[in-house]
Amino acid sequence: MKPHSTPPRGALAALAALWASAAGAADFTLLNASYDPTREFYAEYNAAFARQWQASHGGRLTVNQSHGGSGKQARSVLEGLEADVVTLALAYDIDALHRVGGLLPADWQSRLPDNSAPYTSTIVLLVRKGNPKGIRDWDDLVKPGVAVITPNPKTSGGARWNYLAAWAYATRAAGGDEAGARAFIQALFKNVPVLDSGARGSTTTFLQRGIGDVLISWENEAFLALREFGADRFEIVAPSLSILAEPPVAIVDKVVDRRGTRAVAEAYLKHLYSEEGQELAAKHFYRPRLASVAAKHADRFPRIPMVEIGREFGGWAKAQAVHFSDGGTFDRIYAR
Amino acid sequence: MARSRQIRVLPGFGLSLGFTVAYLGLIVLIPLASVFLKSATLDWGAFWATVTAPRVLASYRLTFGVSFLAALVNGVFGFLVAWVLARYSFPGRRLVDALVDLPFALPTAVAGIALTAIYAPNGWIGRLLEPLGIRVAFTPLGVGVALVFIGLPFVVRTVQPVLEDLDAEIEEAAASLGADRWQTVTRVVLPTLAPSLVTGMAMAFARAVGEYGSVVFISGNMPMKTEITPLLIVTKLEQFDYAGATAIAVVMLAVSFALLLLVNVLQSWSSRR
Repeated sequence: MKPHSTPPRGALAALAALWASAAGAADFTLLNASYDPTREFYAEYNAAFARQWQASHGGRLTVNQSHGGSGKQARSVLEGLEADVVTLALAYDIDALHRVGGLLPADWQSRLPDNSAPYTSTIVLLVRKGNPKGIRDWDDLVKPGVAVITPNPKTSGGARWNYLAAWAYATRAAGGDEAGARAFIQALFKNVPVLDSGARGSTTTFLQRGIGDVLISWENEAFLALREFGADRFEIVAPSLSILAEPPVAIVDKVVDRRGTRAVAEAYLKHLYSEEGQELAAKHFYRPRLASVAAKHADRFPRIPMVEIGREFGGWAKAQAVHFSDGGTFDRIYAR
Repeated sequence: MARSRQIRVLPGFGLSLGFTVAYLGLIVLIPLASVFLKSATLDWGAFWATVTAPRVLASYRLTFGVSFLAALVNGVFGFLVAWVLARYSFPGRRLVDALVDLPFALPTAVAGIALTAIYAPNGWIGRLLEPLGIRVAFTPLGVGVALVFIGLPFVVRTVQPVLEDLDAEIEEAAASLGADRWQTVTRVVLPTLAPSLVTGMAMAFARAVGEYGSVVFISGNMPMKTEITPLLIVTKLEQFDYAGATAIAVVMLAVSFALLLLVNVLQSWSSRR
């Protein structure tokens, strides 16, 4: 046997060490199925979380993103998109993952703090600069000659928050009388000339097509519009009452168990509640939950009294059945 | 046993027919069958209630009505385009020829956004029409514009080759036998072209009925007014109502199939005459 055919002892040891480290710290990929306006936020958050995870656990972590309308994303996951986590616009769409596909347990929303919504937003009114129609509150939207832009709540999750915010105001304005509230909503939708199928479509209609006097919009989308199109062209009007929009997050149990990614997926969602996650959410115009971070950004977000979906409407399942399913209050607006 | 066996000139009939049936089954029939199966989870009463709801009925009127009108418009102007491309040679002919195919290649959502931008009240064309009281975007007219756009190549591409094969000598013969120009077109050219023209229009119609991407941007999606049937299917899906969505899809399929079958029967009838 020739001596040079044996590999040097040092190289062997190095190889063994490499093997050990690779075995101890596995590489992971995660897929986050989210809705449209979170693209920039999660791009930044994913990089931040991967850095933090790699520093503490070793191994390589890649987080992939998939974006689309909230309901469409839920359907994709139901039909087999292997998303480890979902971060959608409303709890109703994640409920469907349980109800239709049994992909996660019924109590998914109580597994993380704050109804599993690490950041929130609310519904505001975006008007053209100088507010030529003098729009201050919801009751200005039902006046004749005011054109209101909002997407179709049957196809857009975001639009359902818009509708419920208006409904909450209408109920109070009508002294709790449901017929009065319905008349208010009917008058409001009489002023809607276009019902885009998604929230981004409505934003385009209002900002770029120049249609309408007021856009009902998520607050984070309104801020984004100001940044993209200039605060010299549009301004945000905070209504006297709005709704606490809670876009929830959840791990998809069936997927993480099959892929062996439960631990990293859980850490991924928990980190959203950390100071770093909250700072990034605030940077992308979502309202942070963490008091210390919220206080830091308090001057940016107007103080608006807000109703909550659970207390005011009895949760999404009920709100969906009463207002948005076939024959609900929204359909009756257009019924002849 | 003397069994008469048909002798064919071309070999491989069994093999190629078998392949054809298997291929069509895999690509077309199995997916369509799954639509019927999904909708079968509804009982008859629920099915009927879903497909005859007032909003759904209004959407059939819009979708089938405007698709038909768009096919007619394309029949006239697509024929004209095919005629020009087949009969005349002019600088830039190849360019025009290639332009006709663009609606095939363009993602429909892009087409929808582009058309909306142009026809919206502040768009290039919409701005000119607004003072005349004509609104295109967010009305049934806008739906028609989008459907004409996507349907044009179907008519041109089916008529053009037939027109190119049609010898100019036939027209010259008609002229030498004393036909005037109008008679030549209506008595000689059109009857020869009719089958391909009808096929092209039927294809444009079928495509228009199923069109979603380009229309939702320009239609405005107002219930009872400008909601197309495919949008209502998406609406049902958004509520995770798979059975309801496929119920409407089944109606669309049945109506489209019946209409296409009718066109085919009419054609074979007219060619046998």
